[in-house]
Parts: sequence; C-alpha cells; structure tokens
Amino acid sequence: MKKLFYAAVLSFLSLTSCKFNNAETAKLPIYGNKQTETKTVNGKQVTDTIYQTIPAFKFVNQYGDTITDKSLDGKIYVADFFFTSCPNICPVMHRNMLPVYNEFKNNADFRIISHTIDPKYDTVPVLKKYADKLGVTGNTWWFLLGDKDQTYGIAKNYLVSVPGRTPDGQYVHDGYFILIDKQKRIRGTYLGTDEKEVEKMITDIKTLMAEPDQKSS
Amino acid sequence: MKIKLIGAICILVIVTIISCQDNGQIEYNRYFSSGNAVYQEHCQNCHGVKGEGLQGLIPPLTDSVFMKKNGQRLACFLNSGLKEKITVGGKEFEGEMPASGLSPVEIAEVLTYVTNSFGNNQGTVTVEKVNADLAKCN
Repeated sequence: MKKLFYAAVLSFLSLTSCKFNNAETAKLPIYGNKQTETKTVNGKQVTDTIYQTIPAFKFVNQYGDTITDKSLDGKIYVADFFFTSCPNICPVMHRNMLPVYNEFKNNADFRIISHTIDPKYDTVPVLKKYADKLGVTGNTWWFLLGDKDQTYGIAKNYLVSVPGRTPDGQYVHDGYFILIDKQKRIRGTYLGTDEKEVEKMITDIKTLMAEPDQKSS
Repeated sequence: MKIKLIGAICILVIVTIISCQDNGQIEYNRYFSSGNAVYQEHCQNCHGVKGEGLQGLIPPLTDSVFMKKNGQRLACFLNSGLKEKITVGGKEFEGEMPASGLSPVEIAEVLTYVTNSFGNNQGTVTVEKVNADLAKCN
C-alpha cells in the first residue's frame, strides 16, 4: 500500500515537472542556413551551431536619422518591405501591423522596420507624412530609405524576394513580416496580409521576449 | 360579366406591379452581389472589409453625406482615379487613388454595392446612370 502511494506521488511529480519544463522552455525555432563549427576548447572538441544572421546595414528613417544594424542591437524587431504608393497589398500589411505597433510601442526593446523598395518616390518627407497619417509617432516604427541595391540585397537576408516592376509599372513583392531576435537571427516569418498570422506573430513575440537570452539586460 | 372583367384587369394590374417590383429587386440583387465581388477584388485591400479605410491614409466609405453629394462624380473617380484633396467624415485626405480600370457595368455594380453598404442606402446605380455620369466627367 505504502509502495503504491510513493509510486503515485512520484509519477504525479514527474508529470507536473514535465509540464513545468515545457512551459519554461517554450522557444521559437531558428530559421535560415546553419553551419556547424568544431573548436577545441581546453583540449575538448566542442561543436557549435552558427545560425544565419542579418548582416550590417545603413539606412535613413522617416526623421532623416541614420539607422544601422547597431541601432537594433539589443532589440527584437519585425521587418517588412513596402512602398507608400503601393495600391495592392501594402495597405493590408500596415493595417495588420498597427495592432503589433500598439501592443509593443511602449517596449524599449522592440522595433518595427519597414523598408521602402521605391526610394525614388519615397523620400524622407514622404515617409514622414506616411507615418504621420498612419498615426505612427516616436521611435518604435521606422520607415527606412536606402540605396535600392542595398534594400534588395538585405531582403535576401530576410529570406524574402522583391523581384521588381511588372510591365504596368507596379512593384511586385511578397508581404512577409520577419521576426528577428536580439542575436539578429530569424525566428519567424508571417504573411502580413493575413490577420490570423499576424495575431500569431504577436503571441510569438511575447514567447520570444520570455526566452532567457532575449530578456532585457 | 362586367365585374369579372374588372376583377381580371385588377388582378393583371396587381400582378404586373408586383412583378415589376420584383424585377427591380432582382436587378438590385444582381448589381449588389456582383458589386461585392468587384469590391473584394479591386477595392477591399485599401478601403477595408468594412469600408473603414486606413487611418489618415485611405478614406473610409462610410460617409453617406459625401456619397450623396458626390453621387455623379463617384463613377468619374473610379474611371479616372482621384488626385484632389477631399474631406471625408470631417478628415482631409490627399493621397492618390489610381484609376480602377473597371468597365461601366462593373462601376455600376461596385457603386451599387458601396452605396448600399457601410451605412449607405442609395438604391441601385444602373449602368445607364453610370454611362450618363461618365459623359459629364471633367
């Protein structure tokens, strides 16, 4: 009888501890190319996984400030690609991004960056006006302007493509939101035109913020 | 005999009236449901599922006073786009709406949908009206 009791307690404990562990270690996957690197540390072979990260960049935001990869050190951020005169998917994307902005605008460790793919038309004042009309203030959401080659180049690092203009002069691009962690690794991609996926992104951002190596320093 | 004849005429008149009304209703329904499809494909991305627009960037379609006042010009806006500053729901909008590329029939359908949704209630916009409106565009 006593044995049975101990067995019951033990199994109960292990069950609850499993559950506890799961909650504690809820983690988002890490996307992108992986490489393994084997080093010798103190005479032992240690294998590290090196994940793809977003490389250095330099752009200008809607206030005319220079924004580099350093400006996003210690930040979790979401990136997307758009242009202000876009008549098709961009209004949907930014209608869906607004709840993300409102949810995290008071969090100093969070940013949204929207790269324009039409730098000829989307000058700093045009981007500022766009931000104002969208109701975006402060430094949570930056609209970034840069050299076209650089913008298209960095898009590849975010695993999205911006193939260029169609015959009738429209730009074609996919409407993904990409979630980047404090180590500049890709932790999620979400279809920005789909309200449900954006809701999931908000949940994922909260999960990410709770990961031990993402907490505020 | 006379009474029967009068009765028959009365019934004929009533049936005609009812069927005419039905024709009107059928026409409205046809315009409205086709217009809904046109709206989803050509307008909804910017103006939203509920015609709510987008903040200060894209005007909502919920201002019935604007819709009534610009009744004739709505077809022109769709046909050739809109660049001028407009005031909708007490807010100024100055962006540019591109020309829709829709045919007069599609313009009539989508205008029937929009001017009878989102709090608007203006009845059928026929293709004849659209053609007449388009002839008066600047």
